[in-house]
Amino acid sequence: MAAILETTDLTKTFGAVTAAAGISVAIGEDTVVGLIGGNGAGKTTFVNLVTGYLEPTLGTVRFAGTDITGLTPRRITRMGICRSFQIPQVFESLSTRDNLLVGLGIVSLARRSFARSTVVPGRTPEDAADEMLTRFHLEKWRDAVASVLPEGIRKLLDIAMALAVKPRILLLDEPTSGVSADEKFELMDLVLGAVRADRVTVLFVEHDMEIVRRYTQRVLAFYEGRVIADGVPADVFDHPEVRRYVVGGGAVVPARERSC
Amino acid sequence: MKPLDRTVRRLGIALVALLAISPLLPDWALFLVTVSLAKGLVALGLVLLMRTGLVSFGQGLYYALGAYTAGMAPRFFGAQDALFMVLAGTASAAMVCAVLGLLIARYRAIFFAMLSLAFSMILYGLLVKSPALGSTDGFNAGAQTVAGLPLTGMVARYALYVLALLCAFASAALLHRYLASHLGRLTPAVRDNELRVEYMGASVRNVVHLNLVLASALAGAGGAIAALAVGHVDPETAYWTTSGEFVFVAILSGTGNVAAPFVGAVLLELLRNFAYAHAPNTWQLVVGGVMLLVILFLPEGLWSLFRRRRPGTA
Repeated sequence: MAAILETTDLTKTFGAVTAAAGISVAIGEDTVVGLIGGNGAGKTTFVNLVTGYLEPTLGTVRFAGTDITGLTPRRITRMGICRSFQIPQVFESLSTRDNLLVGLGIVSLARRSFARSTVVPGRTPEDAADEMLTRFHLEKWRDAVASVLPEGIRKLLDIAMALAVKPRILLLDEPTSGVSADEKFELMDLVLGAVRADRVTVLFVEHDMEIVRRYTQRVLAFYEGRVIADGVPADVFDHPEVRRYVVGGGAVVPARERSC
Repeated sequence: MKPLDRTVRRLGIALVALLAISPLLPDWALFLVTVSLAKGLVALGLVLLMRTGLVSFGQGLYYALGAYTAGMAPRFFGAQDALFMVLAGTASAAMVCAVLGLLIARYRAIFFAMLSLAFSMILYGLLVKSPALGSTDGFNAGAQTVAGLPLTGMVARYALYVLALLCAFASAALLHRYLASHLGRLTPAVRDNELRVEYMGASVRNVVHLNLVLASALAGAGGAIAALAVGHVDPETAYWTTSGEFVFVAILSGTGNVAAPFVGAVLLELLRNFAYAHAPNTWQLVVGGVMLLVILFLPEGLWSLFRRRRPGTA
């Protein structure tokens, strides 16, 4: 299992605040990885560093063996790393279909500069957009302007837009935040069903431990800009520091008290 | 062949109608429509910029460049043809914008507006201080032929009217097609969310730069046509009040349709003539009052009057 994404000693400081303190992780190709941690643990900073929105103070990011440290989000997107946003970043005045067509159109205009082209001979971006609308159960909202969409649908559209540019690795920033409890599994099934068929690697930031447990093979727990635990979900959730800082449920019960 | 798009078809009908009624139009009306269409071209460029989320208070720069290039063509290139002058005016404005755009495309909002204003006032300053170009008086401009046909008297006025109509039609139809293309869809996308455009793999700055150049080319063409119709160019074309008038036309018209700026420009010119005839000392008050009413009651411009009649399209 080759590492598709590898960070080495990734560090980011904002003045006296250290948002990332030497993060070194390797993400294997074709895996689903969860990123957990309390507020301010550095999860979103990590996503921003990997996708080029922030330039690291120190350290490097390698994607499929290529050093991508300091490249712009545009270049990195074209190489095959795409992301969704915690707060959906959609084009408010465009219809759902046009929101998807922005990305599909960019790919068809600049097909040579995209590492993984969605362009199939004989299939127009319009066809691809309709296909995506069907796959994400968005047909009902096809012509609705994005500004009037319900939050759960905006979230789904935001993720679908990231997929429109055909990533090799998809970073999802809290895909289920703002989505109602009974819709969140449906959303995750839809998204992971769509990307896993293409063997896209998925890395997602999540606060909902049920989601993490259910969908990931590996979990990275962040605390104060460091990775404090890394492993299969069950082990990470049992890690004392993770229990104290991330999963919650109060302080870790010392073994002595647990026995009585 | 795909069937013609509805907007392009309607533009074609309007073009044919305006050509058909032209023999019935009095001299003053031919002139008024020609100059209005020229200004409408500049406003069309502003509509494109507004759809990108930008308002330029410096389109006078490109308007003046187009006008001066057309005016100087006989003296400097030995060219006498109106069509050549319009193309030269368009090209010179676009080329200057291609360079200035490298800087301007980095700015947004008030900084963008002020920077474009500043560049236009620099040109104004240069023109005023250039005795070779007539300083504040400017100089006379005119063409001997259009596409090889000799221009004299009424024929000249009529030929310029047709030229302006064809330019307006071609620009509106092409811009409409551009906005409906994959590349053109990035224009509202940039206005809505620049960050997301970059995260979808496109360059926001390139989109803005391209739209700036397109808008400047339209302004250059408008300036050249206006110069030929008026028969004179002067530095006033680069002055900020001229730029302001184009913004006025764009807001009056609304950004909803590529035909709107031409309708708006003709109506503004009629309004100004009417106000000037009836209130020669306070005509600006009348024009300003109308603008106030449009902003209050038709915030999306005059074009929204046409749209409201079709329910279900909101």
